[in-house]
Amino acid sequence: MQLMNDEPMKKQIIKIIICNMALMVSIPLIAQDGNKMLQDIDDNLSANSRIIESTMIIHGKRNDRTITSKSYTMGTDKSLTEYMSPPREKGTKMLKLSNEMWVYSPTTDRTIMISGHMLRQSVMGSDLSYEDMMDDRKLTVIYNANIEGTENYNGKDCKVLILISKVKDAAYQKQKMWVDTNYLIPLKIELYAKSGQLLKMITMSDIKQTEGRWFPMKMTYKDMLAEGDGTEWVINSITFNKQIPDYIFSKASLKK
Amino acid sequence: MDGLKVNITNNAMLIQTAFKNIIRGGKRTWLNVVVLSFVLVIMVAYNGLLDGWMEESRRDTIDWESGWSQLWHPKYDKYDIFTLQDAHGIIPKDIKRLIDNGVATPILVIQASIYPHGRMQNIVLKGINTEQNILKIPSEKIKTEDEDIPAIIGTRMAKSTDLKQGDRIMIRWRDKNGVFDSRQLLITHIFETKIGSVDSDQIWININDLYQMTGMGNEATYIVLNKEAKIKSDLSGWKYKSDYFLLSDVRAMEKAERVESIIIFIILLSLALLAVYDTQTLSIFRRQKEIGTYVALGMTPKKVTSLFTLEGTTYSVLAVLFAAIWGTPLLYLFAKTGLPMPEAYTNIGLPLGEAIYPVYKITSLIKTIILLIILSAIISYIPAQKIAKQNIVYALKGKIN
Repeated sequence: MQLMNDEPMKKQIIKIIICNMALMVSIPLIAQDGNKMLQDIDDNLSANSRIIESTMIIHGKRNDRTITSKSYTMGTDKSLTEYMSPPREKGTKMLKLSNEMWVYSPTTDRTIMISGHMLRQSVMGSDLSYEDMMDDRKLTVIYNANIEGTENYNGKDCKVLILISKVKDAAYQKQKMWVDTNYLIPLKIELYAKSGQLLKMITMSDIKQTEGRWFPMKMTYKDMLAEGDGTEWVINSITFNKQIPDYIFSKASLKK
Repeated sequence: MDGLKVNITNNAMLIQTAFKNIIRGGKRTWLNVVVLSFVLVIMVAYNGLLDGWMEESRRDTIDWESGWSQLWHPKYDKYDIFTLQDAHGIIPKDIKRLIDNGVATPILVIQASIYPHGRMQNIVLKGINTEQNILKIPSEKIKTEDEDIPAIIGTRMAKSTDLKQGDRIMIRWRDKNGVFDSRQLLITHIFETKIGSVDSDQIWININDLYQMTGMGNEATYIVLNKEAKIKSDLSGWKYKSDYFLLSDVRAMEKAERVESIIIFIILLSLALLAVYDTQTLSIFRRQKEIGTYVALGMTPKKVTSLFTLEGTTYSVLAVLFAAIWGTPLLYLFAKTGLPMPEAYTNIGLPLGEAIYPVYKITSLIKTIILLIILSAIISYIPAQKIAKQNIVYALKGKIN
């Protein structure tokens, strides 16, 4: 009786070992797929330079505010944003150079450096803080990605990516991304605190092909700890890899 | 010797005459005395209020905020919030020894955001040792007992955020590497302090909790020292800040208030002394024949001037005595009840409680009395000095201009 039972038991053990081995082999493969996907997302979203004309709609508790701006971005270190409307904000410029940020206000004709305490303040009352705008590194530089599974989001098949930071100074230790497998664009991103608390959510939509790449023309930022319907960022026009003169990214250009 | 005796007798006679003349002045005299005594009491009360406020501010600032002195991290600047991000470091051994001896306590300060009623508010999160007894911050209320991070806030902060004891509030901060983290804090106590700078936009938690939250173990932004610490210079690179420096805000406030009080005193004294001046001028005009008689009887014009100056000065002396009679019980009562302060004042960051209790300093009192007497003497002398220049015959005829 004992001998009769031993054979299936052995088969069972072999099956388990094979399954485990397969799993061990497949984990790096899944991770590799995740990182590959992250690389594709980076390739889609980042460029050597970008010129964007956009509209920001801030949904407040009582009313909505619309702000239009034009931004010039060079790599991940340099960017300049000029606000075009409403009249109160017209002419306000924001310059980011590496880890430093300056804001020029035409009403006071003064340039102030945004650092420390002020970095935590929201940009023009939106759900974005200055510090959110500071970390512009590529995702592949900051995160390792794993594919957690597949989910349907807004009627589209998406891979769910879990991003865990591989550098010490990532603002968000963990991100969860719903990536459209056709366009390799994240449709929804959740940003988590170290404790696991969901802090921010970004949704992307209106994906259009521009200069041979797919790009989301509408993004909605929502601070999950704050009330309100978030901030919509609609791209009116976008140009990639166009030469931007260096003087644009100088403090002197703020007062021009 | 005889000359001296004559002089003393003459002066005594002059004082006696002046006093008699004053008493004979009737309503006019008492009106002056009442006005001067009123001004004197107001000046004493106002000075007392200022002294009381400053005394209390100084004491409360030491008790709640500054301690007797402090050691600051080399990058820390209390007046520059931008320094906070980098102003923290491992507590050096020399300073650690002071902390172990109970004469110093570390404070770690970071910036964070809270979300009362769904709106983001930037705050300063401060970590303090729960065992400390150098500052009056009720740190025993933030002993960590369960999963919650206990926190205490002041009444101003509680009001601005609408938080109550037992409430939980979501807080978001960045650790030493800049990684966002978020947890809930449990408000275990709401303390009341007159020092707004340890209350407004601030949350106090156990320093060990803050170490865990930020990964800044054994670090501090500044160290508060008590009287026994006996440190008088920089220590291990940390900057020494004396009580003189730490109380500079209180001193600046006192200076501003003193200027304000001087303006008020000038207005009050001008009004009161104008009454004395008017009385003196009228008195000289009305008593021309009397002046002529004094001179005819052998009094020099200088002596007559002195008599009239003395009369004017006597108003202030009588005013001091009169003020002592009615002012003492009133000022005593004022010291007991204090001057209630509107709530709005305490919310604007001034170190004020519900009321200011005056403190009457003897030096301040003597200075005020001397000032009043001297000014009365000067103001009485101005119209009286004309007497010395007048013709005696005209004076006897009552024709002084």
